[in-house]
Amino acid sequence: MYNGGKIVIGLLIFVGLVISPFLLKGDKATAKPDPKVDTPEILKMPVGERTCVEDKEYMKAEHMKMLNEWRDWVVRDGLNIYTSKAGKEYTMSLQNTCMKCHSNKSKFCDECHNYVGVKPYCWDCHIAPKEEG
Amino acid sequence: MGILFSFFAVVALIVVVFVGVQGANLHYLFGVIIPFAAFITFIVGIVYRVFRWGKVPVPFRIPTTGGQQTSFPWIKASRIDNPSSALGVAVRMALEVLLFRSLFRNMRSELRDGPKLSYASSKWLWLGGIAFHYTFLIILIRHMRLFFEPVPGIIKIAESLDGFFQVGAPVVYVTDVVFLGAVTFLFLRRVVIPQLRYISLAADYFPLFLIGGIGVTGVLMRYFFKTDVVGIKELTMGWITFSPVVPQGIHIIFYVHLFLVSSLLAYFPMSKLMHMAGVFLSPTRNLANTNRAELHVNPWNYPVKVHTYEEYEDDYREFMKSAGLPVEKE
Repeated sequence: MYNGGKIVIGLLIFVGLVISPFLLKGDKATAKPDPKVDTPEILKMPVGERTCVEDKEYMKAEHMKMLNEWRDWVVRDGLNIYTSKAGKEYTMSLQNTCMKCHSNKSKFCDECHNYVGVKPYCWDCHIAPKEEG
Repeated sequence: MGILFSFFAVVALIVVVFVGVQGANLHYLFGVIIPFAAFITFIVGIVYRVFRWGKVPVPFRIPTTGGQQTSFPWIKASRIDNPSSALGVAVRMALEVLLFRSLFRNMRSELRDGPKLSYASSKWLWLGGIAFHYTFLIILIRHMRLFFEPVPGIIKIAESLDGFFQVGAPVVYVTDVVFLGAVTFLFLRRVVIPQLRYISLAADYFPLFLIGGIGVTGVLMRYFFKTDVVGIKELTMGWITFSPVVPQGIHIIFYVHLFLVSSLLAYFPMSKLMHMAGVFLSPTRNLANTNRAELHVNPWNYPVKVHTYEEYEDDYREFMKSAGLPVEKE
C-alpha cells in the first residue's frame, strides 16, 4: 500500500466514529423511561375514570401539538374551554389543568423527554410545580 | 430512463417494507437483521474500497493548481493553491473537504452570438451542495440522540439550535426544511438543464431519490404520524447493546425510513457516494507540488537488468580487435 500509514489512520478515525455508540454505551443503555401516573390528584380519581383530556394513545402522540394549539387558542384567540372528543370540558391551562394531575414533572414529563433528548420550551415561561423531596 | 428506473427502484423498496412488515409481520427482520447487515456492509465495504485505492501507486505529483509554485525567494508563491509544504496541503484539503472549494470555482461557459465564448461564475451547485451536505451532517448528529443514553450535551445543543425558531410543536427544524429544499434543487438541476440531463444516469438519480425518500419519511414521522420515539430508542439502544428488542406498535413509516437508510448504507460502498472517502485521496489536492524540489522515485521501479559497455566489450573484445576497432581494455 502507498501512504499506508495515513490511509490506515483515516480509516481508523472513520470506523471509530461509526462504531462510537457501541464503544461509549453507558451503564444506563438499556434503562427504559417509566413515567409515573401515581400523583395524589390522580389517585383521588375513581379507578375507572382515570383518563387524561383525551385517551392515552392520542395524548402520547399528540400532546405537544395539543399544548401548542391550547397556547394559541388561549393567548391569541382568547378562548379558554377545550371540549374533548368525549364531550367533556376542560380549562385550557398547562399549569392549572395539566400539572394539577401531573404534578410530578420530574417523574412524568422529564422521564421520556430526557430519554429521547427533547427539551420543550414550556418552562421558558411557565413555572414548574414544586415537587416534594 | 434513469429517472424512472431510480424512482421505481425506491418505490419498490418502500413496497418491500409494506409487504414485509405489514403483510408478513417480519418486524425482527426489518428492525434488527437488515439494519445490522447494512451497517456491516457499510463499514466493510468502505474499508475494502479505500484499501483497494490505497494499493494504486501515485507515480508522480499532479500539480493541477491555481497559483504560482514555490521557486525563487523573490517570486511570491501561492502557499495554499500550490503548496510545497505539508501544512499548505492540509489547509488546501481542509478547504476542499469542509468548504468544497473546487466547486466554489465552478464556471459556466456559454456560446453567444458573435460567436463569442463567455465564462461566468456559477455558485448554485456549490450552494446547493454545501446546504445539502451540512444539513445532512446536522441531521445525522441530531439522530445520535437515539444512540447515546444519557444524551450528550453537544447533541442537545445541536438540536436546540436547529429548532431555534420554535415554530409549531414538535418544533420545526431548520435543517429539515433546507435539506429537503437542497435535495429537490440537486434533483431539479439534473432534470432541467439539458446538458446535465444528458449525462445523468440511474446511478445519479437513485441516491437522490433514496435520500429524498429518507428525508420525506423522516419529516412524516416527526411532524405528521408522530411515531413512538421512546419505542424507537428502545430499539436502537437494543442494537448497540447487542440485545435487540422490537417494541410493539411502532408505526410502519419508521420501518420504511429504516429500510431506506439501510439501503443507503448498503449501497454506499458501491456507489458514487464513496466520494466521502475519495475526496481525501484526490491526487490533485492532497499532494504537495514538490515535483522539482525533491526527487520522486517511481514506486514500481525494480532493479533493471543492464548490459554495460564494459560487459559488451568483454563479450566482443576479440572480434573488435580483429576488426581494428579501438578497445578500452586490452
